Amino acid sequence: MSDAIKAATLEYATRLGDDSVVLGHRISEWVSYGPFLEEDIAYGNVALDYIGRARMFYTYAAELANDGRTEDDFAYMRSDREYRNLLLMEMPKGDFAYSQVRQLFADVYYSLVLPELLKSKDETLSAIAAKGIKETKYHLRRSRDWVLRLGDGTEESHKRTQKAVDALWGYTHELFDMDETEQLLADAGIGVDVSKLHSAWHKQVSDILTEATLNVPDDGWAVRGGRTGYHTENLGHMLTEMQIVHRSHPGCQW
Amino acid sequence: MNEISLMPEEQYRRLQQRNAAEVKELWDLLDQVKDPEVPVLSIWDLGILRDVERDGDRIVVTITPTYSGCPAMNTITDDVIAALKTHGYDDVEVKTRLSPAWSSEWMSSSGRRKLRNYGVAPPEDADLDEDGLTPDAHALCPHCGSRNTRRISEFGSTACKALFQCNDCNEPFDYFKKI
Repeated sequence: MSDAIKAATLEYATRLGDDSVVLGHRISEWVSYGPFLEEDIAYGNVALDYIGRARMFYTYAAELANDGRTEDDFAYMRSDREYRNLLLMEMPKGDFAYSQVRQLFADVYYSLVLPELLKSKDETLSAIAAKGIKETKYHLRRSRDWVLRLGDGTEESHKRTQKAVDALWGYTHELFDMDETEQLLADAGIGVDVSKLHSAWHKQVSDILTEATLNVPDDGWAVRGGRTGYHTENLGHMLTEMQIVHRSHPGCQW
Repeated sequence: MNEISLMPEEQYRRLQQRNAAEVKELWDLLDQVKDPEVPVLSIWDLGILRDVERDGDRIVVTITPTYSGCPAMNTITDDVIAALKTHGYDDVEVKTRLSPAWSSEWMSSSGRRKLRNYGVAPPEDADLDEDGLTPDAHALCPHCGSRNTRRISEFGSTACKALFQCNDCNEPFDYFKKI
């Protein structure tokens, strides 16, 4: 592996780990607040899948960095400006409709990205993708069912779900942006060219929203910045809570 | 009832690997290590024990996670080390291998029986739906054997299980998902 490719792969693994840990943490905020017991358990399980995926990406990043850092250093010892996650993942949990709409957007995204990542020439990235693909099928079935039920539900649930779609839509464009690092890896057959997945994502999501009697928003505005470390204020608050125990007791073992 | 069991290809290969292993006694010894969340199943039964090798004095054990977020992996690692240590093997390394991804096909046939006796329906006790996912009804109830059951939740007590309820005996039960 050349130095340039190695550095890019380290950055890439960190980005994918950041996406997973931030979304996983957001979902975990629903634990003990789910609308009913089974749903509470389901959401906790989905959170675990994402946090587990983050661990695998961070473990690989630490291995590539080879500077004594561990997966925990990546998760707990970096500030918001050092995080490279997509903004969509850090948006607060909001109400249940808001969380399920974000989940649908993310699940459709991963159902497209992971099969591509599976083809990666990098064995570790491909192996992580292989595990994620099966899990994502279950995640997507659940978020799709919820969005259909809420969108095509009561007047109140419809109103809230449409509001969530409108509020989150502007954060989805960033999911399909490429930069120099990701282009280098895509050209080398290691990373995914996400720009090629946008139309498929748009079609799948639009079909589900339409079936749920929801309007597909216009692409009028877009927010970007996650991949360069420019985040919304939400991430700082989230990391404060996520990192406080680790930072208060550095090196603690039990 | 006599049953002619058809062994999935993956299971057959695992069994061959185990029987041909140089350190067969270590594989046998690791049968003591159970999954902390399904304590009737050994890590062999579950299919997460991938390899056992001896490298000089060092024993290298390779395991694979069932799900990305399986919280049992750390405990299993500790249990493997402890089990080998009590038998005098002090130099043990436990490696995690991600590829190929774990499949419920790898579960041993005795594991499937143990699971059913424990009150959890094994993967083959339900026909998958058209998307290849857990169906919304008709998993075989491990308590009374009825097919008149319904899914209550896609995700059960752990990520690897879904929750069902039997309409005949009314008991809820876990179904070990096929992935």
